[in-house]
Amino acid sequence: MEGIGAFFAMGGYAAFVWPAFAVTLGLMAALGWSTWRRLKAAERALAALEAAGEAAVEDEAT
Amino acid sequence: MSQADTTPVRQAASGLHRFANPARFARLSSRILPWSAGLAGALMLLGLLLALLVVPPDYQQGESVRIMYVHVPAAWMALFCYVFLAAASAVGLIWRHPLADLTAKATAPVGALFTFAALVTGSLWGKPMWGTWWVWDARLTSVLILFFLYLGYMALWQAIDDGAKAARAAAILALVGVVNVPIIKFSVEWWNTLHQPASVLRLDGPTIDASMLWPLLVMALGFKAYFVTVLLLRLRTELAERRLRAFRRRALAEG
Repeated sequence: MEGIGAFFAMGGYAAFVWPAFAVTLGLMAALGWSTWRRLKAAERALAALEAAGEAAVEDEAT
Repeated sequence: MSQADTTPVRQAASGLHRFANPARFARLSSRILPWSAGLAGALMLLGLLLALLVVPPDYQQGESVRIMYVHVPAAWMALFCYVFLAAASAVGLIWRHPLADLTAKATAPVGALFTFAALVTGSLWGKPMWGTWWVWDARLTSVLILFFLYLGYMALWQAIDDGAKAARAAAILALVGVVNVPIIKFSVEWWNTLHQPASVLRLDGPTIDASMLWPLLVMALGFKAYFVTVLLLRLRTELAERRLRAFRRRALAEG
């Protein structure tokens, strides 16, 4: 248990080391997630429009 | 059907024909994405384990040296992304390949993120080691300028409505800003900077010990794989959103 304490203390530099990793990895995760959400939203909208478009074409054909 | 009814459809069809390529891009990116994402995750996990648990503390810097394992890869990516963005901009300007402009546009947020991370982690490393959060030396100042270049580049895309004009303006800014890249790289040699000189990418080879160098390279590769993943996702989004706008323009024309 003392080992884990020492690990988190980072030799006294905890206040600098952990925020550095948190900011970098956190921002990377946030960008990845935001990008994914935007892509899925666009793909869903496209699929809906294409389905409606096909339905319209079928209507015209009949 | 009369001529008047078919004309908007034909115009929209020829416009949509330009977007036929995106289907091929979607297939290609679908094959690459699982690999790049998997590599990014695996390499970064390995890199983090090495950086936090395996690498020994530095005899001078103690445990704070671990910050290097996010600071340096982020800084490398900040520079790499800008060069990549500028190259894509040049391709877009010269050959007018639509994917080139979108590639540059999609790269910018990633590069800006890494530049910001490099600045913040640098401050967090500098405070305990140098005794200051910031200093206006050549390296730090030129990297801050790089960050503003990214922001300006993204702002141009947002500010100009016409996509083609936005691409051109942004590309010109990107290419003008390229002069900053060698300044960043060589600033620590040309000027008397607080930031230390290069320890890895040097003509004489790295001065950093192998036990500390390998985790650095693993993290750098992981960041690269992450960049590829996010770039491909953003490109797919740009292409999808363009098709959406084309659909809606056609709907307006017919309606």
